[in-house]
Amino acid sequence: MSGTLNFTLKVWRQNGTKDSGYFEEYEAKDISEHMSFLEMMDIVNEKLEAENKEPIVFEHDCREGICGSCGFMINGQPHGHKSRTTTCQLHMREFKYMDGGTIVLEPFSAKPFKVLKDLMIDRSAFDRVIQSGGYVSIRTGSAPDAHSIAVEKDSADKAFDAATCIGCGACVASCPNASAMLFTGAKVTHLGLIPQGQTERYSRVQEMVNQMDSEDFGHCSNFGECTLACPKGISLDVISQMNKDLLVSQFKG
Amino acid sequence: MTTEDYTTESNNTLRNNGPEIDPNDPNKSIESAWDRHRFDIKMVNPANKRKYKIIVVGTGLAGASAAATLGELGYNVLNFCFQDSPRRAHSIAAQGGINAAKNYQNDGDSVYRLFYDTVKGGDFRSRESNVYRLAQVSVNIIDQAVAQGVPFGREYGGLLANRSFGGALVSRTFYAKGQTGQQLLLGAYQAHSRMVDAGKIVMKTRTEMLDLVLIDGEAKGIIVRNLVTGEIESYAADCVVLATGGYSNVFFLSTNAMGCNVTSTWRASRRGALFANPCYTQIHPTCIPQAGDYQSKLTLMSESLRNDGRVWVPKTKELAEQVRSGAIKPRDIKEEDRDYYLERIYPTFGNLVPRDVASRAAKRMCDDGKGVAQTERGYGVFLDFKDAIERDGEDAVRSRYGNLFEMYERITDDNPYETPMRIYPAPHYTMGGLWVDYNLMSNVPGLFVIGEANFSDHGANRLGASALMQGLADGYFILPYTIGHYLAQVPKAGFSDVKRPEFTKTKEEAIERLEKLLNVNGTKSCDVFHRDLGYLMLDKVGMGRDKEGLEFMLKRVREIREDFWENVSVPGTADGLNPSLEKANRVADFLEFAEVMVYDALTRSESCGGHFREESQTEEGEAKRDDEQFCHVAAWEYRGPGQEPIRHTEELTFDYVKPSQRSYK
Repeated sequence: MSGTLNFTLKVWRQNGTKDSGYFEEYEAKDISEHMSFLEMMDIVNEKLEAENKEPIVFEHDCREGICGSCGFMINGQPHGHKSRTTTCQLHMREFKYMDGGTIVLEPFSAKPFKVLKDLMIDRSAFDRVIQSGGYVSIRTGSAPDAHSIAVEKDSADKAFDAATCIGCGACVASCPNASAMLFTGAKVTHLGLIPQGQTERYSRVQEMVNQMDSEDFGHCSNFGECTLACPKGISLDVISQMNKDLLVSQFKG
Repeated sequence: MTTEDYTTESNNTLRNNGPEIDPNDPNKSIESAWDRHRFDIKMVNPANKRKYKIIVVGTGLAGASAAATLGELGYNVLNFCFQDSPRRAHSIAAQGGINAAKNYQNDGDSVYRLFYDTVKGGDFRSRESNVYRLAQVSVNIIDQAVAQGVPFGREYGGLLANRSFGGALVSRTFYAKGQTGQQLLLGAYQAHSRMVDAGKIVMKTRTEMLDLVLIDGEAKGIIVRNLVTGEIESYAADCVVLATGGYSNVFFLSTNAMGCNVTSTWRASRRGALFANPCYTQIHPTCIPQAGDYQSKLTLMSESLRNDGRVWVPKTKELAEQVRSGAIKPRDIKEEDRDYYLERIYPTFGNLVPRDVASRAAKRMCDDGKGVAQTERGYGVFLDFKDAIERDGEDAVRSRYGNLFEMYERITDDNPYETPMRIYPAPHYTMGGLWVDYNLMSNVPGLFVIGEANFSDHGANRLGASALMQGLADGYFILPYTIGHYLAQVPKAGFSDVKRPEFTKTKEEAIERLEKLLNVNGTKSCDVFHRDLGYLMLDKVGMGRDKEGLEFMLKRVREIREDFWENVSVPGTADGLNPSLEKANRVADFLEFAEVMVYDALTRSESCGGHFREESQTEEGEAKRDDEQFCHVAAWEYRGPGQEPIRHTEELTFDYVKPSQRSYK
């Protein structure tokens, strides 16, 4: 049906946060072009395991591009070169052009994202940003009937687009400043555009931005790399929305 | 309370502590059962709630919603997940939607109709009282989710939109494009985050439960492994809630995430919790066919696609062969040469028959040589949007399913706007799980089980858009009340303590087992065994099962297990991050659990829902139940490796929906 491909994988290995790390090369031979990138990694790892060697550690779970677990730098780009695609949804047919060549794999690199092992990083800073205010304070059982508030379709759709963020961290990894503005802005925009989120709109943006800053994420200087790296195509509009809300919140005291 | 309250030695009959139901007595009718029960059960005084500690394992829809709600009520929650964040639990991958009896479409829906559809859809193998309650609270879930800001699909008037799902004649499914699970989970995760911020939930990520700790026969804590440091830790609480999902990964390839496992529920079962109906598994009809042996998982294409997609195969084997070889393109096959077999066989429900019916029909077409997948076996059928695109336009179809079409194209390199999708059934959901009573408590006092991890509401087949409903019903609206009934009877809060010998002993056993895995020093990767087990399970305990195959599996599963413990290679050490060890630990449990699944399938010689015994079918090839012998829940008691487990039963009575041969014609 179709031919197979061969690659050398140049992989960052690092045994724990304190280790200095190094590159090691592995051969990936007779790879079907229909395989996903992670299925190729599985084959390399299965061989290592059978030889009683430690496999390459990388994060992954759903393998459907929705859980946000996977992601590392492939040839210098988060999730690889194909746009709007997570690593798990990247297929080897996209690498036909470099058959026989070397693919470089490194972990997402940013000050708040410590390497735990090899390609696996700690993204718990994202959880803390949400915990600081990325919600609507509504106790279970106290909700009014769902139809008591109509939501204009246009803002409902925009809120939805912002809400599709999977929290993978590609935006931070692609940013020269390691900024988390796209991630934080997506949640601020999602909740800020719908009636349910209005009560806490301005306190939310302040709290989330404060938390983001205290996690050592950098500032946005409008490179726009984040939106290109985002597998869900979250638009830069969420950053301007967040800046606008932050400005308004200053006047509200 | 003791285990004896639930089981009697003489006849192995289980008693469910639910409300009495009398269809002729309006005061004791099913409509008022949940209200009466909530009044009858014991409650914990609001000021006392802060004295109790509750362990919740899992952060999917059930776990996150339960943890958040328990925190809001004032309890102290200790919550665990193996992922790096609670937001990544596999509920996030649910695509299609969530059912609720809102009747916003004015098409005749009601709580009773949702109840009826669910009992019938489950092929009369679920508990009427539980299902009725589920249908009742379904409406509250939608209210709650909307208030949290979950961005459901809306119409131009600003009100919520609905779509239809299999097994129903009304449109009651709420959705957020093809990402409903993601949006509902993020809603629950945000409610959960709020409670973390308030200090009511202590969240432990990257932590996997290894065992359950019992004190005087009651669940009082768990042993976990910190997946980063490798440390084995003990946690004590006043009760334990498992929300750890299903066991579809026993089939190796399934639509579940790679990390989904049976370990928590199986370890609890080894400690005495009964495993109910393990043979009830759901093989979802619309998944992307397997492409090769290297494949690591199967990808679901939402059932919602069957709203607009038409399922077909070529009428003749010769044409199918030409499609497989690529000699003819699907779109070039003439209308009169296509067999829209679901519409032909089931004119009333058409492409929207329940999942078990649709899956078996697809298998039958492919067994007859009409499969169209371009793979070795050719197993696959078409799901075609040509007519929908002609009728409603490409833009309308894109707005409904855009992200699913994109995902399909990314994986298969085929454009579904131009050529029909190829789909085939894949393991997706497990209706079986730990046995629970009406309070969602297992037979082990203090051990509660919610969401897919329990067995309660779906009988032998789950209808589409009902899993999200059940997970959130359990977590938001049922467990938070019923858990108080147990806690109010616990002698004193804070009685459980990790310094007790029960914790030390269970911890030692957990450590011993990990060491044993590391010391096998074999030469085969863990995946070899998992794949071997999974392929056989799918073949013999999958969509069709027969006595011969099941008896073969009883022997084979044991052989694979023995081979595993002699030849598996688990590199690395236990004192640090070691995914090989995590995987081996899970596969070891699948290898034990699979045996109970086979026993259950073998003993239940009837067909019902997703459990299809070749020996028991109607003349038309549909599942034929045997209500005389099998109108009961089978709950299995573990007795040790290689020993036959004990089968307990709970009789099912149907006072409202009278069991009949299901018909979707």
